[in-house]
Amino acid sequence: MKISVVKNILEANDRIAQENRAIFDKKGLVVFNLMSSPGAGKTSLLEKTIDGLKDHLRMGVIEGDIQSSQDAERIARRGIPVVQINTGGACHLDGNMIRDTFEDFNFDDLDLLVVENVGNLVCPAEFQVGEDFKVMILSVTEGADKPSKYPLMFHESKVLLINKIDLLPYVDCDIQTIKKEALKINPHLTMFEISCKTGEGLDAWYSWLKEAVRSRGVDLKGK
Amino acid sequence: MHEMSIAQSLIDILREEMAKHNAGTLRSVRLHIGQLSAIVPDSLSFCFEVMTSGTELEGAGLIMETIPLKGTCRDCKQTFEIQDYTFECPECASTEIDTIAGQDLSIVEMEVD
Ligand SMILES: Nc1nc2c(ncn2[C@@H]2O[C@H](COP(=O)(O)OP(=O)(O)OP(=O)(O)O)[C@@H](O)[C@H]2O)c(=O)[nH]1
Ligand SMILES: [Mg+2]
Ligand SMILES: [Zn+2]
Ligand SMILES: [Zn+2]
Repeated sequence: MKISVVKNILEANDRIAQENRAIFDKKGLVVFNLMSSPGAGKTSLLEKTIDGLKDHLRMGVIEGDIQSSQDAERIARRGIPVVQINTGGACHLDGNMIRDTFEDFNFDDLDLLVVENVGNLVCPAEFQVGEDFKVMILSVTEGADKPSKYPLMFHESKVLLINKIDLLPYVDCDIQTIKKEALKINPHLTMFEISCKTGEGLDAWYSWLKEAVRSRGVDLKGK
Repeated sequence: MHEMSIAQSLIDILREEMAKHNAGTLRSVRLHIGQLSAIVPDSLSFCFEVMTSGTELEGAGLIMETIPLKGTCRDCKQTFEIQDYTFECPECASTEIDTIAGQDLSIVEMEVD
């Protein structure tokens, strides 16, 4: 007997992500999902962003790694709420793992929650966690062919941060090619060139992020 | 290896549907894999095989069809195949494109006894 089904295989995760999103919305909390390949600079970006925006918004972080709590410790040193998830092998976070951290946060005390996903340029883009938007980092040492090799993440992201531009003199990587290729896949992508080492370009990112949080109706202190 | 979690979600849905239809054995299942989805069909087959062995789903065939990316232009309403992941209308060069196929990962049909 043949049965026609027509069901999205990821629907169970999508449903949990939507429930998460409803909780974030109710608390007036803006959430973004931060993705990149291993070592592109996700935790470094968060360290900088926490320092850069500490007078303006109250941030919390969820750290996703296959193993270890080193990233959470780096964030905790900044004195903001952070929860480490260890996926124990899974190459991405999903809605369920995010939901399990809720009891460890007091969302009333937060304006912005950042989910640092597992370092991986493929899988995290496939699984919603309840975020308002996705931000991805590509570092210049990874090469300009990455957008066309990993189109899904570029397509799903709202912002692309091109990191480690301080290393440009030492690598054969053309930023204009990265931008051109990324825009083909996602013509609405907002892009910033940054260095988490020198701080170059980060002010523009901070302004964008403040505006994104404010435009969702969150009242920021200190403007 | 997110094919592992995909296979698990797939198995959950299959079990649910089989119970709904009082089916005892699964002969085959047909999947549509969007071109933009980051799934490797061979890995999915492999995970599915490993995870169903020794269960009532063992031996079921996974038939996978890759669905090309298609978009509709919001400006000129043209529908077209998206080539090389370039989200631009070939007709009017607009970048206001709604993806209408090739992104999802879905079950379309099961054959059961
Ligand atoms: N030169 C240079 N190095 C950087 C920059 N940003 C990060 N790094 C270095 O890159 C390495 C990885 O940075 P992380 O911030 O840990 O990267 P990550 O993406 O969080 O890594 P995972 O969580 O393991 O995937 C560290 O040694 C950083 O010091 C940068 O802008 N320039
Ligand atoms: Mg990290
Ligand atoms: Zn994976
Ligand atoms: Zn058009």
